[in-house]
Amino acid sequence: MEILDVLVSAAFWTAVLRIATPYVLGTLGELLCERAGVLNLGIEGIMTLGAMAGWMAVYQGGGLWTGVLVAMACGALMGLLHASLTVPLGLSQHVAGIGVTLLGTSLSYFVYRLVLPQASTPPTIQPFQPLDLPGALAQTPLTYLAALLVLAVAYALYRTPVGLAVRMVGENPGAAEAQGLSVTAVRVGAVMAGSALMALAGAFLTLSAFNAFFFNMVNGRGWICIALVVFASWRPGKALLGALLFAAFDAFQLRLQQIAGGMLPYQVFLMLPYLLSILALVLVARRAAYPRALMIPYRKGER
Amino acid sequence: MTPVLRLTGITKRFGPLVANDAISLTLHAGEVLALLGENGAGKTTLMNILFGHYVADEGSVEAFGRPLPPGSPRAALEAGIGMVHQHFTLADNLSVLDNIAVGTEPLWRPWSDRGGARKRLLDLAGRFGLGVRPDALVADLSVGERQRVEILKALYRDARILILDEPTAVLTPQEASGLFDTLRRLTSDGLAVVFISHKMNEVFAVSDSVAVLRAGRLVATRRTAETDREELAALMVGRDIKPPTPAPMEPGEPVLALSGVTVASGHGRPLLDAVDLTVRRHQVIGIAGVSGNGQTALADLISGLIHADSGSVTLKGESVVAADPAAMVQRGVARIPEDRHAAGLVGAMSVWENLIAERYRDPAFSRFGVLKRGAARRYADEVIRAFDVRCPGPDARTQLLSGGNMQKLILGRTLAHRPDLILASQPTRGLDVGAVSYVHGRLLEARAAGAGVLLISEDLDEILALADCIAVIHHGRLTPLLPHDRVSIRQLGLLMAGHWDVLKEVGHAA
Repeated sequence: MEILDVLVSAAFWTAVLRIATPYVLGTLGELLCERAGVLNLGIEGIMTLGAMAGWMAVYQGGGLWTGVLVAMACGALMGLLHASLTVPLGLSQHVAGIGVTLLGTSLSYFVYRLVLPQASTPPTIQPFQPLDLPGALAQTPLTYLAALLVLAVAYALYRTPVGLAVRMVGENPGAAEAQGLSVTAVRVGAVMAGSALMALAGAFLTLSAFNAFFFNMVNGRGWICIALVVFASWRPGKALLGALLFAAFDAFQLRLQQIAGGMLPYQVFLMLPYLLSILALVLVARRAAYPRALMIPYRKGER
Repeated sequence: MTPVLRLTGITKRFGPLVANDAISLTLHAGEVLALLGENGAGKTTLMNILFGHYVADEGSVEAFGRPLPPGSPRAALEAGIGMVHQHFTLADNLSVLDNIAVGTEPLWRPWSDRGGARKRLLDLAGRFGLGVRPDALVADLSVGERQRVEILKALYRDARILILDEPTAVLTPQEASGLFDTLRRLTSDGLAVVFISHKMNEVFAVSDSVAVLRAGRLVATRRTAETDREELAALMVGRDIKPPTPAPMEPGEPVLALSGVTVASGHGRPLLDAVDLTVRRHQVIGIAGVSGNGQTALADLISGLIHADSGSVTLKGESVVAADPAAMVQRGVARIPEDRHAAGLVGAMSVWENLIAERYRDPAFSRFGVLKRGAARRYADEVIRAFDVRCPGPDARTQLLSGGNMQKLILGRTLAHRPDLILASQPTRGLDVGAVSYVHGRLLEARAAGAGVLLISEDLDEILALADCIAVIHHGRLTPLLPHDRVSIRQLGLLMAGHWDVLKEVGHAA
């Protein structure tokens, strides 16, 4: 009975949309990289850096939208690093990505400590406020931006020449090359754009969901995005669906903890969204048609 | 008449190997130039330089009187050069239209003109008789259709010079003659065509002039009408090769019998569908077919890599149930795998290690789990001598050997123990004429010594030269055995394309 009450309450759906936003943005970013054939395991570090850089820009006196732009620029730079290692140099995408995650995470903590050596309780900023709309529509502008970006990425991938080029280098870089495209340029560009979206996902956490930066705040969200890309079969629309589904599980378990907390240890509820995600992955993504050139470095003129 | 394309003094080295040595060529509008040469003669390298995939170490390319900047496929495309690669450069998961249109529009235009692209594509398709479905996924197309897409891709970009790299290698004889018709339409429209091939009959079927490459050097150019097969063959190979011919022999007892064997694929039609086949001693059975019709599954089944879902496999009279590859080797099955790099040899390991790879548990080569390296090296020395493997010695790394010598190594490993059944999958793919006739000779020797040979090949000439009986494989189904002297190339081609009503015709002749 109580469970049904949860599902029809506006507060529940408000929470779902808020929780889903970083997953939507991160998944879109990862999807862009992978569509171009580059796995970006740097996502966790790039999100952390985006969270820190966006917050720091605002804390230093910048506007909220300036913070967003700073975060995205930092993300694009990290993307450039990852792409430089994996595209022209053709290094292992796994190793480079883990390196980028470690670098992005520690760089964020380092800069934060450098600027705020004394802070014991995290200082706060004035974050984005929800728009004055009824019910679950009362979200911050970044959530609406995320929804727009789903449409934009879907349109770009399927309806524009540059989107076709991205899909082509992810499917068969040799064919793209034979059509006169520069595989390196397209891949580097896609990874930079994708990484900027990942950083935006991180910035949402410090500029919208909370009002401060603290350690470990990304907390594995980047890894979930990587799984969501597979769940989405590399399609933006399905990525949105997957992010909403995961967020719903997450919001639901929070409320279950309150309702049924006495009966089971709360860790069981924490596990719930992840277990359900794995189950959904198994059911949905077993026959996913992944981009054929994913994780395969392209070297021109190689015999 | 001014040439549309001029190559001057092109030289390309890959490490110590000189793939192209100071090659100069000219091509005129309306002309089909055949580039003839054995595998490894440097034909594909030369065309990849022309198209900008490789950068030549020396020399220059001129198209329509203007020099072509090296290393830029985009510049080649803009100069009007189109290339149909041997391995198609199409993305399987994208549609035909996507594959053709990619890269043809300004990259940053915020929309695609799909309607215009579709119209232009259909116009071209109609004009040159190249039927395609613009919205079909490339993955769903037959090989012949994919080739049409490749040609349309070049035409869509206003190519005036078309390079085709071994275009018939994957086609049935009927599809090949359709391609030749297309080429004639193109040249009558004023296009120039470079046709790369190592097959003599195609050169005469389609070309106006022919350039012969051997070991990276241009050895001759001729008007096709003014030369003949003998001259070209001598130019191509540089020496006389006498192909071995099988002596007639009475087939012996069966060594392998498949009865109603079906192997499911997990989705769609089965890999093998109720296959019946008997191979006897003193017999070469040829399996003909276009690649991807179940040949790999048949070879894997007989190697013990996969098992039949239904039906029975009998080896020398004993039923085989769920045997692994090691057990099959012990029972006397020798294998020449389809891909010698992937499944035949371990390139990073030495010659002797590869030679005992199937038999390292044999007491001759190991005791108490420790290899007898001395014995293995001595054995390797013997095989190297007996099979004329050109290599520095048993300790040489295998990947440094040439393709022909790798194949000799595999032959040595498989034939040294007098096998009962030899499974030869594409045994001469990528070998030069000399190595081909060596491999054929050894297979025929094994047949004379009492082995049954199952020859799976996509090269009809090879099957017709060696096989006593031929079966055609199509969509996992196998025709009955057809005596090699009762069936024509035309009939085999139709069978390969799936027109099995021809069997009646063959049956009447028999």
